[in-house]
Amino acid sequence: MKPHAILASTLLAASMLSAPSLAAAAEINVYTTREPALIAPLLEAYTKSTGTKVNTVFMKDGLAERVSSEGASSPADILMAVDAGNLVDLAEKGVTQSVESSVLNSAIPAELRDGKGHWFGLSYRARVLYAAKDLDLAAFNYEDLADPKWKGKVCIRSGQHPYNTALFADYIAHHGAEETEKWLTGVKANLARKAAGGDRDAAKDILGGICDIGIANSYYVGLMKSGKGGEEQVKWAEAIKVILPTFKDGGTQVNISGAAVAKNSPNKAEAVKFLEYLVSDEAQKIYAEANYEYPVKAGAAVDPIIASFGTLKVDNKPLSEIVSHRKQASELVDKVGFDN
Amino acid sequence: MHSNQPFATSLNAKRGARSGRNWLLFSVIAALIVTLPILGLALEALKGSSGLWAHLFSTILPVAMVDTVILLAGVGIVTAVIGTTTAWLVTAYEFPGRRLLEWALLLPLAVPTYIIAYAYLDILHPIGSVQGAIRWVLGYESPRQFRLPDIRSMTGCILLLGFVLYPYVYIPTRAMFLTQSGNLIDAARTLGVSRRAVFWRVALPLARPAVAIGVALALMETLNDVGAAEFLGVRTMTVSIYTTWITRTDLPGASQIALALLLIVVALVGIERWARRKQRYATDARRSRGFSPQKIAPLPGLLFLGIGLVPVLLGFVAPAIYLTTEAWKRYRFAGLSPRILDEAVNTIVIATVATVVTILLGLVVAYAARIRPGKKSAALLRLSSMGYAAPGTVVAIGVLIVLAGLDRFIDRTALDWFGVSTGLLFMGSGAAVVYALTVRFLAISAGGIEAGLSRIPMSLDHASRTLGQSVSGTFRHVHLPLSKTAISAAALLVFVDCVKELPATLLLRPLNVETFATHLYGEAARGTYEEAAIAALAIVAIAILPVLLLSRVGSTRPDAG
Repeated sequence: MKPHAILASTLLAASMLSAPSLAAAAEINVYTTREPALIAPLLEAYTKSTGTKVNTVFMKDGLAERVSSEGASSPADILMAVDAGNLVDLAEKGVTQSVESSVLNSAIPAELRDGKGHWFGLSYRARVLYAAKDLDLAAFNYEDLADPKWKGKVCIRSGQHPYNTALFADYIAHHGAEETEKWLTGVKANLARKAAGGDRDAAKDILGGICDIGIANSYYVGLMKSGKGGEEQVKWAEAIKVILPTFKDGGTQVNISGAAVAKNSPNKAEAVKFLEYLVSDEAQKIYAEANYEYPVKAGAAVDPIIASFGTLKVDNKPLSEIVSHRKQASELVDKVGFDN
Repeated sequence: MHSNQPFATSLNAKRGARSGRNWLLFSVIAALIVTLPILGLALEALKGSSGLWAHLFSTILPVAMVDTVILLAGVGIVTAVIGTTTAWLVTAYEFPGRRLLEWALLLPLAVPTYIIAYAYLDILHPIGSVQGAIRWVLGYESPRQFRLPDIRSMTGCILLLGFVLYPYVYIPTRAMFLTQSGNLIDAARTLGVSRRAVFWRVALPLARPAVAIGVALALMETLNDVGAAEFLGVRTMTVSIYTTWITRTDLPGASQIALALLLIVVALVGIERWARRKQRYATDARRSRGFSPQKIAPLPGLLFLGIGLVPVLLGFVAPAIYLTTEAWKRYRFAGLSPRILDEAVNTIVIATVATVVTILLGLVVAYAARIRPGKKSAALLRLSSMGYAAPGTVVAIGVLIVLAGLDRFIDRTALDWFGVSTGLLFMGSGAAVVYALTVRFLAISAGGIEAGLSRIPMSLDHASRTLGQSVSGTFRHVHLPLSKTAISAAALLVFVDCVKELPATLLLRPLNVETFATHLYGEAARGTYEEAAIAALAIVAIAILPVLLLSRVGSTRPDAG
């Protein structure tokens, strides 16, 4: 092939890959850091009941940067995230807009949404303790993680993972930075292996005899135990029991998944309608059944596997305060060499 | 080797100079295109980040620096040792299975670092099959009684990365052994030097540029990796970039770390080049011939084959078997996802377009460096390779900054002149992904083509020009045919890398577009690796085909062709 022929066909192929035309009326565009498989059932149900097509793109790092670079022409209507900190970041970077909806405000408790309507929590999960099944342990405080009696017995993922920085930030909210540093040093000394991998590895490693206790999110137990992850994971889940730990002067640490309407949403009315759908009974049921999360709406049922952990007493520190300690928590993780 | 063209007619010389200038101009444009995102990052870094470096120096930097250096040194040594010994094995000796080994050694290229890390984590886990078998043999009942040391360690990370990255050294080194050393090695043999001594005293020193290029590529891949490091708990500087950016929402700070890292890489490559600045490696591409390999008796020959197969088994066969069984389990459990065909098409189209663009730009940059040799074109060549050393997401952020500016400019211009808004043309389009991939992988393309061109003696250029060909005509009729092998090899490598690439594709792709890599990540991010097994297998499968082609390209010894 001649060089210019190659060039021409390249340009042709590139133009086939070019940006989709702007959304038509009954379409909304969702940018999400929540994994596609977790929101797919919700989107399908929404399209089925309203006829509105939902286009999605899943990203992990850089969602805020992409939306703000796209600026006024951004096609994004809805931004979804899985961490309170990420939601606050989106609002602080100015890529969200205020929404006033009585449906949302009455369905979502005030502490799980932004006061000015820039973001809304849709579901939440608890940071719980996985313990070896035969371990003689019925209750647990987060403070106990640093107790020397657990030396070489604790499994946890990277201290810099948002799930953990949120927990450590909550610790700061309860005990202050100085105490948290001491505590983190103690937890670090208790680790059975490097702080690495994912949350489910805690269960797998307990089965593998590497550790006795681990910190991980509540919904993974549902995913493992239900058999949705295959039969091997059922064995991991059967090797553990779940304890809802609490702070000595508080409750269990929770974090939210949520969504916001993008600042330059081309279709704000549709976007708000979509958010309102996500707190409907039907959608909240999907959150509980398909994802094993706690629904935000009062009275919505929790999956039996999750309910079996006992009554969840949500920690008393507000999300906004926890989020404000996040940077400090991350710096402490570095300081004590938690991940080294 | 840089001489003027004394025999060219004055007319030709004038035309040639103009044409040469054009190539240089194109080269400047190409280098500019791929450097813009890095410049965008530099602008971001200039915004400043209060207290970041003080924090880094007092906490994570000493550890992360030491860890990064250990990791790079370790991976460098492992890839250099495996890459050169296997390359020497298949070129210097003739033994049963050598031909098989020649291409099988390339296979680990098809396995992304994040996949090998996950696969081994599972294979070698206390409840995995390997340790289960060991316990059964030793008569232990539970992993609580006996288990092997955890693979989540620096050593584990070095070995795993080494076993999939060594082909970057094996490919250029083998090519060097095949084409360059023939005459000299025969001469050394005639002078009574033993075959082993030939390796240390002739072949290896001659292959040094190839080894250096290969190790540099492997190290840049290492610096880019986040997935494997995350699985294995190794804290590198790259991980610090992400922590600073994501957990502490400090993009300027993250850009500063990224640029500092980039400077270190550029400096390392520069030092290596400087260390061999006085050495010239040109030999005659047409007449040089491979030296005849030594025949090995069947029994020790089997031993050779066994040694050569070790990296193939560890870097490819074991993870491939693991992925196949996992994918099969998944298939029986949940069937095939209906989107798998779309994902295959997306993966292949994006990789193909990106490869074509990357090769075209690589040709321009490498060729300009040949016909207008000097500091300027060499600097352009280096400059256009920088994107390879920067982590993928960081490049993607740079691309966002550039394309946002471009889209806004076009939009405003169209609004001013024609009263229509063009909105976003590049952002959120496939072009953005292709752009980022080009920035990332131009180093492979330009480097490979440069190496190929350097084997063509300058006298051929002079002869062609004397016979009245223009610079571009010489390119078409002389250089292109003679460097076809190098160009195809570079294209295949770039293609494989595009298929495996994750972070830039993830951030920049259009709505509703998934590739195998983004699908895999979507599952891995929430810990449901089992659902990603089929996508992981598909990535490896798509990457195998070009890898096999790669083994055909340049497998023919030059004296046979």
